[in-house]
Order: sequence, then structure tokens, then C-alpha cells
Amino acid sequence: MSELAFFIDYSRCIGCQACVQACAECDTHRGVSMIHLETIQRSESVQTAPQVCMHCEDPICARVCPADAIKKTPDGVVQSSLKPRCIGCSNCVVACPFGVPKYSAEIDQMMKCDMCYDRSSVGKKPMCATVCPSGALTYTTMEDIQRTRRGIPINSWKFGGEEVRTKVYVMVPKAVERVDVDLVQITATPSALPEDPYDVALMLEGM
Amino acid sequence: MGEEPRTDQAPKWRTDFPIEWEGDHYVGRREMVKFLTLGSLILAAANWVTALAGKMMRRSVTSEKMIGAASELESKGSMLFRYPTDQDPCIAVRTGEGKLVAYSQVCTHLSCAVVFDKSNDQLVCPCHRGSFNVARGVPTGGPPTRALPRIVVEQRGDQLFATSVEV
Repeated sequence: MSELAFFIDYSRCIGCQACVQACAECDTHRGVSMIHLETIQRSESVQTAPQVCMHCEDPICARVCPADAIKKTPDGVVQSSLKPRCIGCSNCVVACPFGVPKYSAEIDQMMKCDMCYDRSSVGKKPMCATVCPSGALTYTTMEDIQRTRRGIPINSWKFGGEEVRTKVYVMVPKAVERVDVDLVQITATPSALPEDPYDVALMLEGM
Repeated sequence: MGEEPRTDQAPKWRTDFPIEWEGDHYVGRREMVKFLTLGSLILAAANWVTALAGKMMRRSVTSEKMIGAASELESKGSMLFRYPTDQDPCIAVRTGEGKLVAYSQVCTHLSCAVVFDKSNDQLVCPCHRGSFNVARGVPTGGPPTRALPRIVVEQRGDQLFATSVEV
């Protein structure tokens, strides 16, 4: 039996907000939800996608922190910012390729998903994974996920020239080995790109 | 965008501020000051609590106990007894002025038993030659710095009763 891991299956998300509510009940950040429930192409679809911290092997949020406030535990969980150290500069918010850290102006501190470390460090499921009714957020073993799902779990991403490996897995169709995320191509002209009114890169190009 | 040459050697500043939780031994100035302040306050409070608790416990002794006969004391000059419990040795003395006094026999220096020195009219601890004034129990020489706890004694006819401990 391998160790427990976190799996996100975006296609299974039904947008019920259960994870958002459960996250707010976590004892480490009571009352504040850390999970992002994104709507995708809202005008055309009701599809939503949950985003928890991916817990990068080389966390860029911690690398860019000038106050040394973000730490990674020996089991690979990237923690929320340390209260006495965080200076609220939002470097991590800008740097994270997954858009996970949230800056809270009321307490002048960054807060992010810490995989419910009080729970997951003692073998319990993170709050969101306990409530997700469709299995979009799952905390289980690799064997179990391979036995019960059609897709394959991957934890490798490519952002332009930067490869990022994460502790959290994402379910993708079998042929995919790595998720490639194209960065904004500054050199390309809008006309050279395919027409997609929701393409964020295209929107930025046109500005 | 040019590829930056990557080296396995981490720069020194990075090793000083590791991302790994277990490698982080940095203690901030503010945390240090907070620790010192709270630590000092807790120590000071603990001292006060211990002192007050000790005082309260000693005051609560009010039981009466027959300790012996006055005639016995007159004949010997001093008399040993136990008060308030059998674990607390005490000494009753008739002073040169004829006053009846009693003290705990436990020397306040290192807990040896004090004895009555009739010729000098004082209580003497044989261990380190500490001496106490017999009228008030205060130290007059040697290492002890605190007075002997005083036992209040009443005479009723020929019988002597200890009634309380005064610190």
C-alpha cells in the first residue's frame, strides 16, 4: 500500500461548493476558505474546476519570498505563510503558476492551502476531499486511483521553459504525459493566433 | 529568453534561508524578545505564587495539642515536643527573664536540630554554630539568615498547650 496522495479530477467537478464550505471549517484557518473554485467560460458553460495548492517540489512561492515566510515540510507540503514573518508583499501571489496564494488585506498576510496539515499529517483526509461528492477532489492511494479511474494521474507541468513537478496529482486522459501551459507569446500578433474570445493570452496581446 | 546556466551548487544566501522546514533555525528578534519577556513574567509570577501558597499553608495550622507539663520544663530548662504533626520537632524554653517561648527545632540554615544553650541564653545549632536569640527567635550569629518559626504556647495550670505556628 503506497502512501496517500491528493488527486484532482477537474472534469468531475459539479460546482457544488461543498469543498469551499469545508475548507472554511478547517481549524488552521477557521472561517476563511483557501480553495479556489474557478468557473470556466462562464457565458457558455457551467463547468467549474477546483484548485487547491499543488505543493510544488520546488515551490516558487517560497523561492520568491523575501521574508523567508513560506516553508516546506519534510513530507512535501508547502505551508501557509508564517504569521511573524509574512510582510504581505504578495510576491508569492504573483509568482505562483497555479494562482493559489491569497493575500488577505485585513490581516496583511498571505494565506494558502496547506493540505489541512493538522489532518493530513496524521493520516486524515483534507477537509475538501472528505466532502467532494463527485470525486473531483480525492485523497487516496495511487493503486486505488488507478483501479477506479479511466484517466491517468500526472504531476508534471510545463510553463514555457519551466518544468514544475508537484505533490498533488491531476487526472488527465491516457495519452497525456505532461500538462503544457503556453505562456503569453509577446512576439505573436493577434491575427496569427486562432480566434478564441476567451483566450487570456489573446486578450493580453490585444491590449 | 536566454537559458540561464544552472549549477547544482546553491548560493550561500539560499542555504542561510532554506525552504525546508527542518533546516530553518532562524529565530527572529521579535520572537526572541517575546520569549524573554514572557519567560521572565512567568518566572516572576511563579515566585509570587509559590511564596503566597507557602504562607497560606503555614497559616492554616491552628490545631491545639497538649505538649507536656510545665513542671518538666522548669526542671530541665528546655523541653522537646512535636507540633503540628509528628514530623515537626519543636523546642520549648523558659528564658532567663522567665518567659515561656517555643520554636521549631529545625534550623533555618540547613535543617539541623537547634538546642538550648542555657549559659548564654540562646538557641544554638551544632552543625554550623548558628545561634538564635531566645526571646524572639531571630538569628544572632552563624550562617542562618531567617528567624525560627515560633510556636504559640499556652499554660493552663501545669499543662502546656501548643495552639498555632507563627512564621
